[in-house]
Amino acid sequence: MEIAIIDYGAGNVQSVLFALERLGYTARVTTDAKKIQSADKVIFPGVGEASSAMARLKATELDRVIPKLQQPVLGICLGMQLLCRHTEEGNTSGLGIFDADVVRFSNQVKIPQIGWNTITNLKSDLFRGITAEPYLYFVHSYYVPLIPECIATTDYQATFSSAIQKENFYGVQFHPEKSGEVGAQILTNFLRL
Amino acid sequence: MITKRIIPCLDIQNGRTVKGVQFQGLTDAGDPVELACKYARDGADELVFLDITATENKRKTLFTMVRDVAAAIDIPFTVGGGVRSVADVEQLLQYGADKVAVNSAALENPELIRDLAKRFGCQCIVAAIDAKLVGDRWKVFQMGGKLETEWELLDWAKQVTDNGAGEMLFTAIDHDGRKQGFANTMLAELNKSVNVPIIASGGAGKIADFVAVFNRGKADAALAASVFHYDTIPIPVLKQVLKQHDIPIRIV
Repeated sequence: MEIAIIDYGAGNVQSVLFALERLGYTARVTTDAKKIQSADKVIFPGVGEASSAMARLKATELDRVIPKLQQPVLGICLGMQLLCRHTEEGNTSGLGIFDADVVRFSNQVKIPQIGWNTITNLKSDLFRGITAEPYLYFVHSYYVPLIPECIATTDYQATFSSAIQKENFYGVQFHPEKSGEVGAQILTNFLRL
Repeated sequence: MITKRIIPCLDIQNGRTVKGVQFQGLTDAGDPVELACKYARDGADELVFLDITATENKRKTLFTMVRDVAAAIDIPFTVGGGVRSVADVEQLLQYGADKVAVNSAALENPELIRDLAKRFGCQCIVAAIDAKLVGDRWKVFQMGGKLETEWELLDWAKQVTDNGAGEMLFTAIDHDGRKQGFANTMLAELNKSVNVPIIASGGAGKIADFVAVFNRGKADAALAASVFHYDTIPIPVLKQVLKQHDIPIRIV
């Protein structure tokens, strides 16, 4: 299986690579549109700041490649947020695959949310084999509100979409690559889609 | 619900884990990768590695260790100690660290945290602050607790969060290694003053100390070293007791 990890200077590429290695997979980190288009699975990681991340995607014209991908695509954290129409972070237009506006937590809660939180209302093959309300690792200041494409929810300041899916596009706000056995299960499920 | 975090800390010297008392007198405490895996299995929520290697040419051992740890464990970890520049942080993140802690270098150049947050995002920049009571004032220290600065703790805490630090690691120097409990009164005050998660460090000796640091100190995470290294407090037992006290905690 060919797995492409989209390279746009995001911070957690190495962690995603290592997580896949622990599961017995190798992946290619690339900015090459052809390699991304021909991969069986595409992972769109993300740790960093939205406007500079979008600028880097535009510089390599990947902003036009990603929305047209046909194979399963998994956006992680900032990657998920950039799949949406707009994010409040740096007032940035995203890729527009999900008709959603990413917003910042209010100061009623500590920002960023850092730590392990539960996901509930699981509605996808991404969560196959996961029964109880599992804990996953989150690090973020912005979130996707509840939208029709929501496939998992989490409570912090409000209940928000901790995972979304539209056709072949999946987004998770948590870091499966850093979330112990449950995270590994979710990555495995994605690779088996 | 977001859970409180239990964070074992590993002090690293020349690629080995060491443990000291109040920043002095070190003994060997094992292989960091082995320990990291054990902690992850036991249910640690996160790990912190503080490099206290004195000489610059030995720093390579740190990068190797960071890569080995990142390859081996599936929970997040922070690396700190001797982090001085944007280039240092970039390297540590590239080798697989999730977050980087900055201490003395930020005191020498407060703009450093701003530069780091802008470049890498505030979520991976941890402001590490060592402080202790001098008279009736909490003063910030640098150089591993050896050098008193002009800064008062609350002022400095506000400064680093204004500059974009996404998290704070507060070590109460006088509590560190004493095993007599965390600096809960100061922690609670700190919690009211800043709006980022706070990791409490210094003073863990018994399970009740952890209960207190969450209930009274309002900490978001508690860090400890020797009680975990020497298995005085097994993490699974600690977490069960915290749960019994209705403290939100992740049980593995």
